[in-house]
Amino acid sequence: MEQPLIQMVDVYKKFGDHHVLNGTNLSIFEGQVTTIIGKSGVGKSVLLKHLIGLVEPDSGEILFRGHLLSKMNKAERRALKRKSSYVFQGTALFDSITVFENIALPLQERTSLGKVQIATRVREKMDQLDLQEIDGKYPSQLSGGMKKRVALARALVTEPEIVLFDEPTTGLDPIRKNAVHRMISDYQKRFGFTGVVVSHEIPDIFYISQRVAMLEEGRILFEGSPEEIQQTPDPLVQDFIHGLEREHEKIAGIETQSQGEKRVKEEMARFQRHHTAFALIIFTVHNLDEINEKVGPTAGLTVIKNLVDKLQSLTRLTDTCYRFGLNKIILVLPNTDKEQARMLCEKLANQLKGEDILGTSPHPGFCFFISAGYVEGQQQMAYEELLLQAEAMHNKFYEFSVC
Amino acid sequence: MNKTEKNNLTIATAPVLALGRQTIFLIRELGKIAIFFVKSFMLIFSFPVQVFKTIEQVYFIGMKSVVVISLTGAFTGLVLGLQGYYTLVKFGAEGMLGAAVALSLIRELGPVLSAIMIIGRAGSAMAAEIGIMRISEQIDALETMDINPIRFLVSPRLAAALISFPLLTALFDVIGIFGGYLSGSVLLGIDSAIYFSKAESSVLMKDITGGFYKSLAFAIVVVTVCCFQGYYTHTRAEGFGAKGVSLSTTSAVVISCVVVLVVDYVMTSFLI
Repeated sequence: MEQPLIQMVDVYKKFGDHHVLNGTNLSIFEGQVTTIIGKSGVGKSVLLKHLIGLVEPDSGEILFRGHLLSKMNKAERRALKRKSSYVFQGTALFDSITVFENIALPLQERTSLGKVQIATRVREKMDQLDLQEIDGKYPSQLSGGMKKRVALARALVTEPEIVLFDEPTTGLDPIRKNAVHRMISDYQKRFGFTGVVVSHEIPDIFYISQRVAMLEEGRILFEGSPEEIQQTPDPLVQDFIHGLEREHEKIAGIETQSQGEKRVKEEMARFQRHHTAFALIIFTVHNLDEINEKVGPTAGLTVIKNLVDKLQSLTRLTDTCYRFGLNKIILVLPNTDKEQARMLCEKLANQLKGEDILGTSPHPGFCFFISAGYVEGQQQMAYEELLLQAEAMHNKFYEFSVC
Repeated sequence: MNKTEKNNLTIATAPVLALGRQTIFLIRELGKIAIFFVKSFMLIFSFPVQVFKTIEQVYFIGMKSVVVISLTGAFTGLVLGLQGYYTLVKFGAEGMLGAAVALSLIRELGPVLSAIMIIGRAGSAMAAEIGIMRISEQIDALETMDINPIRFLVSPRLAAALISFPLLTALFDVIGIFGGYLSGSVLLGIDSAIYFSKAESSVLMKDITGGFYKSLAFAIVVVTVCCFQGYYTHTRAEGFGAKGVSLSTTSAVVISCVVVLVVDYVMTSFLI
């Protein structure tokens, strides 16, 4: 099994009588973005500070490439610190020096670069983060969003191997938020750094993370891929991620996964009692990863939202559609047979023909590949089984592409 | 032992326990301050030497204090001249005014009053600035960047104070002696040649070196206490955030003033 870059083993930490970490076990893998989610005040920032030795645990161990952090000498610890950067929740910019000086500070203090080289690197980073013409301003003269970007520029200017982001998008508008997510994702791909992000931006953050960990009462309640966290049956995890999703998807007009599940279960109960037929269609966008990679991490979500919009305009009031996982949409159709479902898919394919559902094209001639699986509600079949059936190859009944 | 006896014992031992706690706290704090000073001092010489930052601080602590030190020195000298004249004239010894003014300024008032004025002007600012940096996580940010916060924030201030304090004290002394001359000679009629010759003949080199040592000691006390208070603002039990910074600034001023006077007494008893 791959050795984690950073590993927390049974870490305990308390401040006064307040136990913040209570036997935390967590693995951070090299070259991946790991997101830590959890309620506010649960200790996510404290956990983050433990990872590079900014806070010492009361007991338990933290390993860096298998070496105990507690046994590292001063030089080794300094080397680890030099490889990492930290983006603070409250930005922690130096308020008595200018934006330019803030971004240049780590280079001035930690490297032997000359003035011209430092200025070039700082300007390059400022350009990438859309921070032109503010070099002479002081942090107190900037808006919250700009301060976040300056903090991000300061963290990335040293081109670190490990970057810890403590709520990097809190307080940003949706466009800037997407820009920050895209930037984290782009940088991660370009430089291959290991990212640890504390975030509440669900589901957006799932699109840029390879792993997600949920912290609850000082312990890691769940650790796995974004797909796995969305499928986990743990009610605490589901409540948390759907609670946040609800707010997010309410704005987009999409039913949440839990609302959708509830709706399917209602149809199943009705089917048991009154034998009223219902069907499920699962639409899968197959090359969503490619879109995310080429256009940006939030492009996939835009495609899904636009598809849902289109579907909602074609379906009846009694039909429900909801996002499932990262690249799937489920449509619940009461009293619908396979032929009617096929007609609906045809209509959707026709309406989407030539439609620009992303707003931008990754390259000329680019197509989205969408398939639809169909299943009818059956007696004694559980929700999960129903979904598995709908996704099975033999139930795939329609395929189309949007170019 | 029954419950009542236990309660009586607790009441009897409570003051002893409180005293013990306070003593341990005090010793721990003194230890922390000593380590803080040693680190700050050693890091002045760490490579690369922070020349520009030190010059900036010399400007802030030294240059910007020139006016206030000049004013304080002038009026201290003036009042010493007045008081000294009316005291000495009773014994027919008003000719000794130059010696009285020069000695009291060089030995005591110069170093002490300069230090107290610098505490008010620069010491409080140091505590507040570092305190705000602490509560807004700027010091944590330095640590994450592998920049030693003590070296970055405290060492240049300490180096600058070690340069500025003796110079400001010397300025205070000179202006004070001229202040004494103004009130004693120009206003009250003592011969200026007598005033200056007595001042010159009575002051020995050891008085000047004594005052110089004192000013160095006060520089260490003021910077260490003020920066320490700001640096550990977040550990204050009585107040957090802005309140914590205000308490740190107040403590910095009060503690450094008191310690300056205590150190002055101790040093005088050795130097005299």
